Amino acid sequence: MRISSVLYSIRQGFKNIRRNLLFSLASVGTIVSCLFLFGIFYCVIVNFRSAMTDLQNTVTISVFFDEGISEENITLIGQQIRLRDEINTMDFVSAQQAWEQFAKQNYEDYEAAMEAFAGDNPLKNSASYKITLKNLDKQAEFVNYLKDLNGVRSVKSSEVTADGIAALNSVVTYASIGIILILLLVSVFLISNTITIGITVRKEEIAIMKLIGATNFFVRAPFIVEGITIGLVGSVLPIILVYFMYDNIVAYVIGRFAVVKNLFAFVPISELFSVLIPVSIIIGIGLGLIASILTTRKHLKV
Amino acid sequence: MISLENVKMRYPGGKTYALNDINFKIEDGEFVFIVGSSGSGKTTLMRLLLKELEPTSGNITVADINFNRLKRRNIPKFRRRIGVVFQNFRLLKDRTVYENVAFAQRVIEVPTRYIRRQVPAMLTLVGLADKYKSYPKQLSGGEQQRVALARALVNKPEILLADEPTGNLDPKNSWEIMKLLEDVNKKGTTVVVVTHNREIVNMMKKRVITLKKGEIISDEQKGGYIDED
Repeated sequence: MRISSVLYSIRQGFKNIRRNLLFSLASVGTIVSCLFLFGIFYCVIVNFRSAMTDLQNTVTISVFFDEGISEENITLIGQQIRLRDEINTMDFVSAQQAWEQFAKQNYEDYEAAMEAFAGDNPLKNSASYKITLKNLDKQAEFVNYLKDLNGVRSVKSSEVTADGIAALNSVVTYASIGIILILLLVSVFLISNTITIGITVRKEEIAIMKLIGATNFFVRAPFIVEGITIGLVGSVLPIILVYFMYDNIVAYVIGRFAVVKNLFAFVPISELFSVLIPVSIIIGIGLGLIASILTTRKHLKV
Repeated sequence: MISLENVKMRYPGGKTYALNDINFKIEDGEFVFIVGSSGSGKTTLMRLLLKELEPTSGNITVADINFNRLKRRNIPKFRRRIGVVFQNFRLLKDRTVYENVAFAQRVIEVPTRYIRRQVPAMLTLVGLADKYKSYPKQLSGGEQQRVALARALVNKPEILLADEPTGNLDPKNSWEIMKLLEDVNKKGTTVVVVTHNREIVNMMKKRVITLKKGEIISDEQKGGYIDED
C-alpha cells in the first residue's frame, strides 16, 4: 500500500468516526468502562494475591518425630521431604529452640523459667520441621504423605485456614476473569455495531469502489482504522483513571489506617502499571481490530 | 476484445433465464450499442461484463481475460482496465466534483501527484473545469453525467461500459454525452453503451445488438433501433 493510500484510509477512518460520532462515543465508552473495571480487578487481584502469598507463608505444617529418634534419622527424613516440589520453605526447629520459644511466649519471667528447667527440657520430644507450601491447594495431600513417613510421630497443620484461603483465592480470580470476559464480549459487539452502521452509511461508496477496482484491503482499511482508533482511545482513559484512583486510595488507606501497613504491603504502583499499561492498550487495540475485521468480513463480500 | 460464448444466466430462484445462449464478439476499438426494453437482460449483461455476477454457464472474455480463469483476488486488477458509467450517475453526494473524479484514482492507489495533474485535465475534457468545487446536487443532470464520465475515463480504461448514460437527460445533453463517448472511441477505447434511447441509436449509425427477453434478436453493423411490437 502506498503512503498516500495509507493516509487516505486514515482520513476516511476518522471521517467515519465523526460521521456517526454518537455510536463511536458509545463504543469508546464501553471500552473505557470495560478496561476501567479490568484495571480495578487487576489491581485488586494482584494485591490480593500478594497478600495471599504473605499469608500462605505463615500457614506452616509442623512435622514431629518418634520419641527417642536419632539426629541422623531426623536429617534423613528432612532430606527425603526436601525432594518434594510443593515445598516453599522448610526449617528445622530443635527441641531447645522450641522450648525457648515456648518459654518466651508463656512465662513473664523468661530467664527464671529457663533456669528452672535447665538441663531438663520439658519439650524434649518437640524437635520439628516447619514447612510452608507454594500452593495451599496441595496441603491435605502433602500432610498425608508426611504422616506415612517412617519416624514421623505426628503432623500438625491448620486445614481450615489453608482451605479457606485457597478457596477464596480461586473464587476471586475466577469471578474477575468471568466478569472481564463478559465485558470484553460486550465491547466487541458494540464496536462491531458502530462499524456496521458506518458500512451501511457508505454502502453506495463501497459498491462504487469495488466496481472501479478497489482491492478488498483498500475497502476495509478505513473501517479497521476506525476500530483501532476507538480501541486505542478507549484504553488510554481508564489507565489514567485507575492510576490516580490507585494512588489516592493507597495513600488514603495507609494514612488513615496505620494498622493496615503492618498487615500487608500494597503492591507498588510502578510494578502494577508496568503490566497494566501495555496490557490495556493491547486489549483495546485488539478489541477494535477483532471487531472491525469480523464486521467487514461479514458485510463486505467483495 | 470482449467475447461471450453460449452465456446463460439464471438468477438464483428465478424461473426463466435472464440471458439465454448469448454469443457475440466485440473487437478492440469498436463502438457498440446494446439495446432492448426493460427486462430484456441489458443490465444483467453489463453486470456480467464487470464480473459483478457469475453466469450460470458459458464463457466470457473481457479485455482478453477469460473469466473462468480469473481468480477472485485478481478481480480488482481486471476492473481497473474497465471504465464504467453507471445508471443514475452514482456520484458520491458528500464530495466535490474534483473529489468524485479523484476518488477513482485514489481507489486504485494512484500517487497524489498524478491525481492532481490528471483530474483537472479530465474535467477540462468533459467541460467542467470551472465546476470542480461544486457538489453533485448543485449540478444539472447533464453535468452530473459528465462527472460520472470523467470518473470512468480518468484511469484511461481499455473498455468503457456505459449503462443508460442518457437515461435521465434531455436531448441536448444526451447528444453532448454521446459526442464525448464518440471522441473517446476515436482515441481507441472500446465503447459499449447500453440504452433504450431510440433517436440516438438511429442517428449514430453504429453496431447495434438488440436483446429481447434474454436473447439476441439482431446484431447489425450500422444498425438501428428495432421496435419490439
